[in-house]
Amino acid sequence: MTTNTDAERQVRLIAFRHTINRWDVKFSPYLYISPFFILFAITGLFPLLYTAFVSLHDWSIIGGQGDFVGPENFQFILGHSDFWVALRNTFSIFVLSSVPQVILAIIIAAVLDTNLRAKTFWRMGVLLPYVVTPVAIALIFSSMFADQTGIVNRLLTQIGLDAVPWHAQPLPAHFVISTMVNFRWTGYNALIFLAAMQAIPRDYYEAAMIDGAGRLRRFFSITIPQLRPTIIFVVVTSTIGGLQIFDEPRLYDVYGRGGADQQWLTLTMYIYELGWTQQDFGRAAAVAWLLFLVIIIFGALNLILTRTIASGGSRASKGALKVKVTK
Amino acid sequence: MSILSKEAELLTGPPRKRGPRGGHTLQSPGVLGYAVLSVVMVAAIYPLYWAFMIASGDAQTITRRPFLTLPGPNFVENVGRVIDSPTLPVSFWASALNSLVVSTVVAASVVFFSTLAGYAFSKLRFKGSGGLLYFVIATLAVPTQLAVVPLYIVMVNLQLAGNLLAVILPAVVSAFGVFWMTQYLRQALPYELIEAARVDGASMFRTFWSIALPAARPAAAMLALFIFIQTWTNYFWPYIVLDNDSATLPVALSTLANNYFDDYSLIFSGIIVSIIPLFVLFLVTGRQLVKGIMEGAVKG
Repeated sequence: MTTNTDAERQVRLIAFRHTINRWDVKFSPYLYISPFFILFAITGLFPLLYTAFVSLHDWSIIGGQGDFVGPENFQFILGHSDFWVALRNTFSIFVLSSVPQVILAIIIAAVLDTNLRAKTFWRMGVLLPYVVTPVAIALIFSSMFADQTGIVNRLLTQIGLDAVPWHAQPLPAHFVISTMVNFRWTGYNALIFLAAMQAIPRDYYEAAMIDGAGRLRRFFSITIPQLRPTIIFVVVTSTIGGLQIFDEPRLYDVYGRGGADQQWLTLTMYIYELGWTQQDFGRAAAVAWLLFLVIIIFGALNLILTRTIASGGSRASKGALKVKVTK
Repeated sequence: MSILSKEAELLTGPPRKRGPRGGHTLQSPGVLGYAVLSVVMVAAIYPLYWAFMIASGDAQTITRRPFLTLPGPNFVENVGRVIDSPTLPVSFWASALNSLVVSTVVAASVVFFSTLAGYAFSKLRFKGSGGLLYFVIATLAVPTQLAVVPLYIVMVNLQLAGNLLAVILPAVVSAFGVFWMTQYLRQALPYELIEAARVDGASMFRTFWSIALPAARPAAAMLALFIFIQTWTNYFWPYIVLDNDSATLPVALSTLANNYFDDYSLIFSGIIVSIIPLFVLFLVTGRQLVKGIMEGAVKG
């Protein structure tokens, strides 16, 4: 009798363990990936929808939710010149920081992709600015480019040029803010391009060299087209980040409101201004949603644009190579 | 723009295989090459050196000093004024500690959850894994900064405004991290090892803990480094949700700059103080950072 129940218990135990094991195999993967999805739902998806909800209400920072007002917040924003000025500034800063940055980064990468002495030293050197906080960079550059006493204007006047109104005028202000972004990220992107360059098969270059293609020709006909996915990638990611720029323009002067005439007010600064200075969350949320749309549209546009430009070059060069090889 | 990056490669096509480099000598950089790099280095270092010149001078240095001189004698004294100022509303010591806590906790949790998810995505078979991974990558296009309004409302309601948790909680997982670890474990962890552990009767989690986690170590260290730097340098959200007592270093620095906007040697000493911790980290781990950026770019 006793041995019998023992055996039964044993069987049940094994069956139980088996079930546990089956569940373990079946559900563990979902358990392992669940933290990401749960947190994304809370901090990504929910805020996006809730932002839309807030944007349709009167909503003050202290009083909280007020009346449903429909599209009124959006109408106010779109009818206000600050929004359009901020949109213009954001685009301008974005273009001034992404285009020169990509070009400079590719040039630096091309130099790093040579037979250098002390390779690690140079690679680390170009990366150094990446570890400097944007807040510190902004404070340093805003002083260097101060309109009256700044070192840059002192240098310009010393060599006989006119001082530039770095703060008073929009375009010079955008230039300086873009310079801060470029200072921090050019070296970082150069290393990404360097890695992509090293992945280009060297026989492409050898074939071109045999055919008598010079250094510049090889660079434009092989390197650039082969970098295409990397260029697309850098441009698209810098779109998402660049259009949200806040730190650098916020600290470009001590007031942090984008200048006396909103010369360098950006969209994210405008969100802050509406939400936390004017304490109107409804309007801030409306701008946040508009910025989201702008980023989606502009990101897609950039993807298509860089794809077309880069693939055009790539096709031409491949054709050229093939022709030469068959000769 | 951040290290949340390489994933776009997935959108733009599969990564190319590394070309054969063996035997072929690279081009010589030439004098021009070294000249270009030297200019880049000067551009990278000069603004920081200039900041140090101001920080080591007195309040008038910024308007008087020429473009290049030796540092002045007052750096230690100025740093002392930054750290111990009784009139300053924020403490630099406390804010450095806050930054350390936030960055360490975020880096550790991102690495743990990313490795867990990356292990599942790369090595375990389950329904919908492909689609879910694409979803993870797609979330990178959602600009999280735009969530500030509802996040702030939620944090105030949870009474977490002014609490470091308000900065930590939204950052404990990262889509970039999941993607990064998935890519790495896919090629670094052989199936045989996992199966051997399973045959020996290890549970799923035990297998993860004693097989996948050790194998993930090199990529995990790099991920931790990048997340640490990214969290440390963050400003927008911490600035919104933290107060003077819970300020992180960038927030404290901006408060310093706003309170003493005419005392340049003080502000610039604060700038230098805020740069030093990551600068030291860079000196120690710079090689790994370079390697991480380059490997991420190719493998991505």
